[in-house]
Amino acid sequence: MASVEIHGVRKSFGTVEVVHGIDISVPDQSFTVLVGPSGCGKSTLLRMIAGLEEISEGEISIGGRVVNNVPPKQRDIAMVFQNYALYPHMKVFDNMAFSLKLAKVDPNTIESQVHKAASILNLEEYLDRFPRQLSGGQRQRVAMGRAIVRDPQVFLFDEPLSNLDAKLRVQMRTEIRELHQRLNSTSIYVTHDQIEAMTMADQIVVMRNGNIEQIGAPLDLYDYPQNIFVAGFIGSPAMNLIRGTLQRRGEATEIAINGDIVLPLPSDIAAAEGAPLYYGMRPEHWTLSSDTLGIPVDVAVVEPTGADTLVVCRFEGGELQASFSERHAFKPGQRIHLAPSLEGIHLFNAENEQRI
Amino acid sequence: MASVPREQVSYDTSRRIRLFSNRNFLGFLFMVPAGLILLVFLTYPLGLGIWLGLTDVKVGRPGIFVGLENYEWLFRDHIFWLSVFNTMLYTVVASIVKFAIGLWLAMLLNRHLPFKAFLRAIVLMPFIVPTVLSALAFWWIYDSQDSVISWVLIEMGLIEETIDFLGQPNSARASVIAANIWRGIPFVAITLLAGLQTISPSLYEAAIIDGANEWQRFRSITYPLLTPIIAVVMTFSVLFTFTDFQLIWVMTRGGPINATHLMATLSYQRAIIGGALGEGAAIATAMIPFLLAAILFSYFGLQRRKWQQGGRDD
Repeated sequence: MASVEIHGVRKSFGTVEVVHGIDISVPDQSFTVLVGPSGCGKSTLLRMIAGLEEISEGEISIGGRVVNNVPPKQRDIAMVFQNYALYPHMKVFDNMAFSLKLAKVDPNTIESQVHKAASILNLEEYLDRFPRQLSGGQRQRVAMGRAIVRDPQVFLFDEPLSNLDAKLRVQMRTEIRELHQRLNSTSIYVTHDQIEAMTMADQIVVMRNGNIEQIGAPLDLYDYPQNIFVAGFIGSPAMNLIRGTLQRRGEATEIAINGDIVLPLPSDIAAAEGAPLYYGMRPEHWTLSSDTLGIPVDVAVVEPTGADTLVVCRFEGGELQASFSERHAFKPGQRIHLAPSLEGIHLFNAENEQRI
Repeated sequence: MASVPREQVSYDTSRRIRLFSNRNFLGFLFMVPAGLILLVFLTYPLGLGIWLGLTDVKVGRPGIFVGLENYEWLFRDHIFWLSVFNTMLYTVVASIVKFAIGLWLAMLLNRHLPFKAFLRAIVLMPFIVPTVLSALAFWWIYDSQDSVISWVLIEMGLIEETIDFLGQPNSARASVIAANIWRGIPFVAITLLAGLQTISPSLYEAAIIDGANEWQRFRSITYPLLTPIIAVVMTFSVLFTFTDFQLIWVMTRGGPINATHLMATLSYQRAIIGGALGEGAAIATAMIPFLLAAILFSYFGLQRRKWQQGGRDD
């Protein structure tokens, strides 16, 4: 096992720079997820670690060894691809054995290695099948099995679950996580799905446009997003971000939204009177209140998920989402009053979009 | 107006409606035009050719059925056997070289190259030029006095006299084979290129990470995944080469001393030039077993491989 250090890495395709100087430290045995919208450079970064893309600038080291000029097969990594990239003309066994055969490993060892990996992944009865004869989840497992047999220092996953249906995705998420706990191998996992990131990662790297927006543990990112992008990206349903201006009235510090609506703020806000702000509040931090407290909103859509109910509300000049774990019989068009919880407030500077 | 009983009308109509909504009847109906075209333009000429081969028809003289006499005659005809040998040589050598160069070109064109579309268009050139035109060009290139190849070699000081490309049996064979190769490569290259592009790049990336070098990637990925397309391409390539006529006819007319006579050109010479339609037809018919063999080869080569099949059958 090994740690992975990424230092000042840049990537350009021709004159276009897509990764702008990135520093990440992936601790040994950790599960690090690179997450971001498509085109943010996360896959490119992963491919640079794998050695499938050249590193334009900067340094990547695996287990203390700089690998910029080391060919992929000598980097001691294994990669699981989005479309699995199973060799269609080889049976599952041969798919998994391919790298060992190339490395001229003794056939008995290959046999036992493959069977060992297959038993970990519950694939033993499928070893004699072709990839086409497997379901999506089984193919995914074969792809992982192919990675496991090599016993690499680092596992790389490139959106491995995005071709699976929702239910299988949840199941495979658990399996991958379990596999990681069992093998304790350093893993770097790319996804655009923040739920995958939240549920699987020890460390999340949020990327956008070739830059890192924030690195941290899942709940740190959820509780203390450093900027508006991370605030909006992490968490589902997304955090409500409402624009307003800071105003102080005597003792009270408030944010005025659209003149009529005023919401209380903690008094120790480091922002000047009249400063434009974004007021962030997660949907679950709204509570239903009486007419006098809270802000008046009209129910637009009610989306029950069973465990909780998401209510999309409109107010003059904006929209917000609130979720309730208790059940309410709201009707579209109904006027309700919502009060924010003071602990749930996230404030962002509207100009530089950073957390205050 | 004659009056038809009302019930009769509705009975006829419903019968017709029933007939026209019958899948089998409709299927048959839709196949009729295609069947007619095949009958008129394929089955009839083929049948007539085979029939002619069993008669002694000459130009201007209706012949009689002579059974296998033409074939017995051909069996003892060493020129016929020479043409069979030439055809085999021509087909085997040209097909193999076309495949090798075509595959190589396809793999080159499948890489990231500057001006890729332009290069692909250039590769297609020999295929676009009418065969007769390219045959004429080759005729010039191979001219015994003014050959550009001879001229270049002389200028380079490699030879002293012009080469008589089409004048000597073996050099003539090599020359026409070279011309056929030049003409046939684009088909092979472009079709194989299409096949190469169906192979997902991520397979190569997976193989790179698995530690495969370039040759191992070709052996373990490109070649096995390309075999279905190779089977199609090579079948067609063999068929085209085996039945080639234009190139030979324009360049050598089968000469010198029948050294480049293919079965197709010999058949034409005997039947049309010589007027022995029956004998010519027999030669042409004698090509059928070879062609059938090629088609059978492709039939087995083309059968879906196990890995291409879906889930049900293990």
